[in-house]
Amino acid sequence: MPPILKVENIRCRYENQSAVDSTSFELEQGTLACLLGPSGCGKTTVLRAIAGFQKLIRGSITLNNTCISSPEGNIPPEQRNLSMVFQDGALFPHLTVEKNIAAGLHGNDKKKNQTIVGEMLSHVRLSGFNKRYPHELSGGQQQRVALARALAPKPRLLLMDEPFSSLDLALRESLGQEVRDLLKNIGATCILVTHDQQDAFTFSDQAGVMRDGKIEQWDTPYNLYHKPATRFVADFVGDGVFLDAAILDQNKIWSELAVLTGDLPDDARRGQRVQLLVRPDDIIHDDESKMTARIKKKTFRGESYLYTLVLPSGSEILSLVPSHHNHAIGEDLGIKLEIDHLVYFHDD
Amino acid sequence: MTDTNSSLGSSAAAWRIGTTGIALIAMLPVLAIVWLALFPSENIWPHLVSTVLPRYLSNTVILMVGVGISVFLIGVSTAYLVSTYVFPGQQYFAWLLILPLAVPAYVIAYLYTDLLEFAGPVQTMIRGLFGWELARDYWFPNVRSMGGAIILMGLVLYPYVYLMARASFLEQSPHLLDVSRLMGRSQFNTFLFVSLPIARPGIAIGIALALMETLNDFGTVDYFAIHTLTAGIFDVWLNMNNLGGAAQIAIVMLTFVLLLIGLEYIGRKRIGFYQSVGRFTRIEKIQLTGLAKWAAFMVCFVPVLAGFFIPVGMLINYGITYFEQSWTEQFREYALNSLSVSIIAAICCIVIAVFVSYAKRIEGNAWLGSASKLASMGYAVPGAVLAVGVIIPLAVFDNAVDGFFRAQFGVSTGLILSGTTFALILTYVIRFLAISIGSIESSFSKISTSIDMAARTLGHPPFRTLRRYHLPLIKSGIFTAALIVFVDCMKELPATLLLRPFNFETLATHVYLFAADEMIEQSALGALFIVLCGLIPVIVLSKTISSSQVLVRQPN
Repeated sequence: MPPILKVENIRCRYENQSAVDSTSFELEQGTLACLLGPSGCGKTTVLRAIAGFQKLIRGSITLNNTCISSPEGNIPPEQRNLSMVFQDGALFPHLTVEKNIAAGLHGNDKKKNQTIVGEMLSHVRLSGFNKRYPHELSGGQQQRVALARALAPKPRLLLMDEPFSSLDLALRESLGQEVRDLLKNIGATCILVTHDQQDAFTFSDQAGVMRDGKIEQWDTPYNLYHKPATRFVADFVGDGVFLDAAILDQNKIWSELAVLTGDLPDDARRGQRVQLLVRPDDIIHDDESKMTARIKKKTFRGESYLYTLVLPSGSEILSLVPSHHNHAIGEDLGIKLEIDHLVYFHDD
Repeated sequence: MTDTNSSLGSSAAAWRIGTTGIALIAMLPVLAIVWLALFPSENIWPHLVSTVLPRYLSNTVILMVGVGISVFLIGVSTAYLVSTYVFPGQQYFAWLLILPLAVPAYVIAYLYTDLLEFAGPVQTMIRGLFGWELARDYWFPNVRSMGGAIILMGLVLYPYVYLMARASFLEQSPHLLDVSRLMGRSQFNTFLFVSLPIARPGIAIGIALALMETLNDFGTVDYFAIHTLTAGIFDVWLNMNNLGGAAQIAIVMLTFVLLLIGLEYIGRKRIGFYQSVGRFTRIEKIQLTGLAKWAAFMVCFVPVLAGFFIPVGMLINYGITYFEQSWTEQFREYALNSLSVSIIAAICCIVIAVFVSYAKRIEGNAWLGSASKLASMGYAVPGAVLAVGVIIPLAVFDNAVDGFFRAQFGVSTGLILSGTTFALILTYVIRFLAISIGSIESSFSKISTSIDMAARTLGHPPFRTLRRYHLPLIKSGIFTAALIVFVDCMKELPATLLLRPFNFETLATHVYLFAADEMIEQSALGALFIVLCGLIPVIVLSKTISSSQVLVRQPN
């Protein structure tokens, strides 16, 4: 199947600064993708470029085999047949819910529009809210209406700009899951922009981590966490520390925790000094273990404790431990390694 | 809020060209003045410098310094009292104090002359009381003097300072004042060394606006025979029939304008640093007792009484007494003239302001930003100066067309633009465009740009987005802007006097002409009409003030 969206080597300027450079990716029909990165990394600029609000200096964007943006010309946003959901909902405050949802329906068949509005409202579980005004809805309800409005014209592509970040924590996770199920159900193709990895994990099939206007890695959320391609991705996605390590041979690596075995990439050379990524879930608590580390700090997370441990050398590691294992600071904690993915980076 | 690079689409050029055109037209008068001042057909500059100009200049400076001091004293003292103390009527004074803004300076000048002249009721009463008969029996100040002009203009222009100062005092962090008191400063010392310096940027803006009005005034200085620069433009243009000379005086006035714009600009720039951004609990007001409370009452009561109730009372009185002589066919014609040119100008201002603001919003580049600023420059240019600047290019155009038709067809087309209401409305639009652009831009800025993007991605082109999703949201901003422009056009005197077509009078010129003939009683109805129109935006303004008053009272 050919990709529905092709972003090829685009470059944009925002307020006279290069905001996006050499960015490329492709989306297949029905993919839920995510652009993840810290604020100012250019992720929203990419979204605006796809929507048609941002000129390209270089590269091109192709939707359904039609070039919609290039330095030579642009199809205006209103002719692209894609929809957008915003952080603030951007509902038209002077229109009722049903009129908001009907805003993108251009056919003159009133009855048909009415039916679509009804369908959309039931999709987002707001049936009966037709005559309400935006200010009468809660934040979560507003975002559902915004989503219904965006989906009503059956767009070829749905763009979402931090749609959950104005909601409280409990709501954003449940709504994220709900939106994912709905979009999967109707087979929509979507790009979500967020700075929050949790949004990316719950929502997307594929995600791109952006930094300084470039995509560092485009992959599944699982691989972003477990097989980060760059040190920035490793840092940005998930917790973890880097330990001094050295490559022993093609499948062995020495670190001060232990000599670890696993598949190493082909360019691994014996004797190379590297930095090994150790995630908190790589360090398992085991009272029986002979290996111990002293507890320096602990953070209560409800279902677990995140312990900061000091190794004899003075380096620190993190360990995620179920919270009924409540140990005091200064105590020695028995630990065991469960490092499935050997991820290392060369010294900078 | 900037939407850089967001143009896209074929209509982009139209917005850009339109806005540039509007900015050029708005700048045209000033450019024309500079051009004609440098290359007049008959250069009288040396003559002006050696004869009348020094007097025009010194009178203007004295008047502006005087009005500046009087608006500062009245505006700051009243603002400080109502925002700091509790005394009889204090909550009413908060909005009563802005009422004089509705009275044009020339109206109050005519009325007080009538009231205080030798044959007027006040002097007659004094003579009766003391048994005097002749003017040399006693001393009484002459209203028609520089001092009179300064006091009367101060009485109607102080609300600019009052409004800005009051806002500054209310927005100051109470913690600052507490700190000052704890460090041993008395209440009054705290005002002098803490509150007042912090309010300085706001006060500077208020004074700049009041002085722009002073520079603009013609009715008062003409009636009082004070030869200021504005009066000079009239004299050189109408009596000496030398437009080039008028343009040269206009250039001198424009330097004053630049100074005032500079003062206002500095104020606006600093206001952000000086005033607290956060929402503090409002300052708790101090209850005044005994003599102090009545002194405070008088300080606030006198400006309202003298600047509003006395003149309006006189107007109502004359309006009723002389109703039969005032309510004539002519009067209705003048009123209709006033209404129609003001409404047309207000509509033009709104349409242009919506166009310029929306162009800036969807294009958002630096050039459109400066173009909309250039288009707003007219507000600081005095009406008489603007009239000179408008007539120069229009006369060139009319003469060219006339010459062409005479040569080709042997008919004279006359003054197509410069001798018609077109020139008048164009001048109004240029002068008051800033008000509408300011109001509409601030309404637009309250709409999130994601609304635009939502509408566009839902398939609505820019113009339909504006019509369906923006206009309903900025309705009240449009209404306010239209109202203020309308009222300012109704009041406008100097440009109207200079540019009105032959046999075309408005209420303002009608009042001026009658008052000049010492027949203020017969034109009181017209003046009353102007004041009542002027009251509408003042009431709108006072509503917002009294609602903020509720906030102030909450802590107790």
